[in-house]
Amino acid sequence: MSNSDSGTYVSYLDYEGKHKGLMGWLLTTDHKRIGLMYLYCVIVFFFVAAIIGELMRIELIAPGETIMKPQTYNGMFTIHGIIMIFVIVIPALPAIFGNFFLPILIGAKDVAFPKLNLFSFYLYLIGAIFGVLSQFIGGGAPDTGWTFYVPYSAESSTNVIYALVAAFILGFSSILTGLNFIVTIHRMRAPGMGWFRMPLFPWSLYATAWIQVLATPIVGITLLMVIAERVLKIGFFDPALGGDPVLYQHLFWIYSHPAVYIMILPAMGIVTEIFPTFSQKPVFGYTAILFSSLAIAFIGYFVWGHHMFTAGISYGSRWFFSFLTFLVAIPSAVKVFNWVSTMYGGSIDLKPPLLFAIFFIFLFMIGGFTGLTLGSVATDIQVHDTAFVVAHFHYIIFGGMGFATFAGIHYWFPKMFGRMYNNTLAYTSSIVLFIGFNMLYFPQFILGIQGMPRRYFDYLPQFQTGQVISTIGGFILFAGLLIMVGNLMWHARRGVQAPANPWNGVTLEWQIPSPPPHENFDEIPEITHAPYLFGTGSDNKTI
Amino acid sequence: MSTQAIHSERIESETGKLGMWIFLFTELFLFGGLFLVYAVFRAKYSADFHTGAQELNTFIGTLNTVFLLVSSMTAAMSLTAIQKDKKNLAIFLLAMTILLAALFGMNKYFEWSHKFEFRLYPGSEVLKNLPHGELLFFGLYFMMTGLHAIHVLIGMILLSINIFKIKNGEVSSTHYLHLENSALYWHLVDLIWIFLFPLLYLIT
Amino acid sequence: MIMKNGETHISSFASLGIVLTVLLALTTISVLVTGWHLGPFSVAIALIIASIKVRTVLTYFMHVKFENLFLKLMITGVFVLYALVIIITFIDYYLR
Repeated sequence: MSNSDSGTYVSYLDYEGKHKGLMGWLLTTDHKRIGLMYLYCVIVFFFVAAIIGELMRIELIAPGETIMKPQTYNGMFTIHGIIMIFVIVIPALPAIFGNFFLPILIGAKDVAFPKLNLFSFYLYLIGAIFGVLSQFIGGGAPDTGWTFYVPYSAESSTNVIYALVAAFILGFSSILTGLNFIVTIHRMRAPGMGWFRMPLFPWSLYATAWIQVLATPIVGITLLMVIAERVLKIGFFDPALGGDPVLYQHLFWIYSHPAVYIMILPAMGIVTEIFPTFSQKPVFGYTAILFSSLAIAFIGYFVWGHHMFTAGISYGSRWFFSFLTFLVAIPSAVKVFNWVSTMYGGSIDLKPPLLFAIFFIFLFMIGGFTGLTLGSVATDIQVHDTAFVVAHFHYIIFGGMGFATFAGIHYWFPKMFGRMYNNTLAYTSSIVLFIGFNMLYFPQFILGIQGMPRRYFDYLPQFQTGQVISTIGGFILFAGLLIMVGNLMWHARRGVQAPANPWNGVTLEWQIPSPPPHENFDEIPEITHAPYLFGTGSDNKTI
Repeated sequence: MSTQAIHSERIESETGKLGMWIFLFTELFLFGGLFLVYAVFRAKYSADFHTGAQELNTFIGTLNTVFLLVSSMTAAMSLTAIQKDKKNLAIFLLAMTILLAALFGMNKYFEWSHKFEFRLYPGSEVLKNLPHGELLFFGLYFMMTGLHAIHVLIGMILLSINIFKIKNGEVSSTHYLHLENSALYWHLVDLIWIFLFPLLYLIT
Repeated sequence: MIMKNGETHISSFASLGIVLTVLLALTTISVLVTGWHLGPFSVAIALIIASIKVRTVLTYFMHVKFENLFLKLMITGVFVLYALVIIITFIDYYLR
């Protein structure tokens, strides 16, 4: 039923429905167009936050004031965090690749609620703009850090309320996307696609969506409580009125720790799609990967206390949270073993997506192991709130989620735009990014162990070597980003026409033309076997 | 469920309902955050919560509980009525539901303004001079019933839209997803009150 | 509300009336028990009664009884998850 041979068709990029031109994008309910709009927004906001990050690195190149005042620096790391976390890494993967590929991978024409999908895009946009605005309007940029810890966030005279509202709206958008995906996966799978015939990227999105739906409301109400705290002096988190600041930390991390799994699970899902394709071999341990996704989502919901080891929580709960944190490492490791085993004995084709995916494993491993350092109480007390933590979560979030996103965009780019990018430039950018990334963040592990605190605009002279290496790494990383984005943007319009299946993949997205037609499938496919069957004769070609 | 039937209309309405249920889960967790705060402070200041609850009028609370329970039934009944194609009965039952919701809101309004008369509102001097537990109790009281009142208001709007939809035939004995979902939302409002009522009024 | 045989279940007016009567009776009990001064148990009893009421509303008014297994599991799961969150938070507060 492959319709890639059928000469003429109208791709979703050229399709003209009720609205034409720009309106055809702004009012579209096509999941693919919405996915692309998210992609463009994420790129714009990513560069805003990345430039803020670079400015912070320049400030840290020498001790003392270099280019900004301490208060400006406080605003910078807060806004960098808020934009990166709430506007980019939490929504990006479900919103871009989830929107674009979830319906295609399960053989559906669209998500379950297309209008709701567009609505959550606009909520996202409004929230993101609020977040950026909070930096510039009167009162000054919020200086609480992205965690909004009370009692300071209840007292700071800066634009904390704008940032809180931004996070609240973005959270609502995230909930609606998650809701949409759960219903889509439950209701819209193609005939014959039982739960265990579903590819693993949709599975990871399913686990993610449940976290989005069940954890985000808690942070929503918590942010409302902080607003009430500021406006009405309601006292929940104010010790002077009998309130409890540690309770805020509980509530905040009940969401924000699972949010880490909102970031990393879809990233794991993407590389799980990439390894089989470029090894031309079925994924090793389909069920193990699937259940490890669910296990990560489930256990990950109960480990929030490991952010609070030094906040004065009870000895018993420190023990408990530390234990569960170590438990999460098991399903994460299961996945790593499965990816490596998938490559073992396969006919490996080291195309740029695979290279990025391999970098992902490497960086994610470093991030994961240092996570265990932080997850055990004794060492955490030593390195808590130092640059070590900064290095750790950048290895997970940027090295993990970020590199998986780069892998995903290089993997699906031909499908999304119907063009090929330049391979040489893609290899160059991946290697430059990898080198820059490690130079930027690895020194911070050492600085952290030596005692460099995070969120400080100044430091003792003994830390300067590490800080300079780190700043140079930042510039290399930024250059890598420019090469990569330039390569992709240039070739999105001018690249060579991409075939329907450039990588010889077997999942459903490769069975339709590039770029996909307006409603994905002329005829809803009938699924007759498990995903990832490579080279077993003509069988899999007829999906 | 047979996969062939996936595109049938009934299945599509099941899709809409599943979406509504998942939305209700998020609402439960939204209030869940407040209940967690309640639980923590209640454990810490149980004597003060006890005194605070005595300030609330159990009679008004009970009356409001009855209003909401009856309105929940009339909402469920209006769904039965539309399924049996009794349009006028369905509209009447919806109007009853909205009326009971309005009575609930009115009661709440009087209760709040009574508190305001005694300068019992967040940030007031009177409240600040109360013991910490009572201050937090009233903070929670206003936050929880306030958030709940917003939900009552949204529920009333959703139910009113259904009256128009029944009149112009968009909601009928074969297409009642909109009414079904609005009723589900209304039952959730009731559900939350079922927990709020004993926690705020009955812990004396 | 599609049942296994594809029929839609319609709750009768009478059954909904009975459910309301039960709910009102439970409310009355809950209010009366408050007057007995049972100390710490009064909260426990109030919450148990509230849970029974919530279960009743879910089962009959919200028609969960006639829903598919998936939804029943989801609803149970959501309540269990919330209970776990409360318990785990109190591991901190009770052991301090």
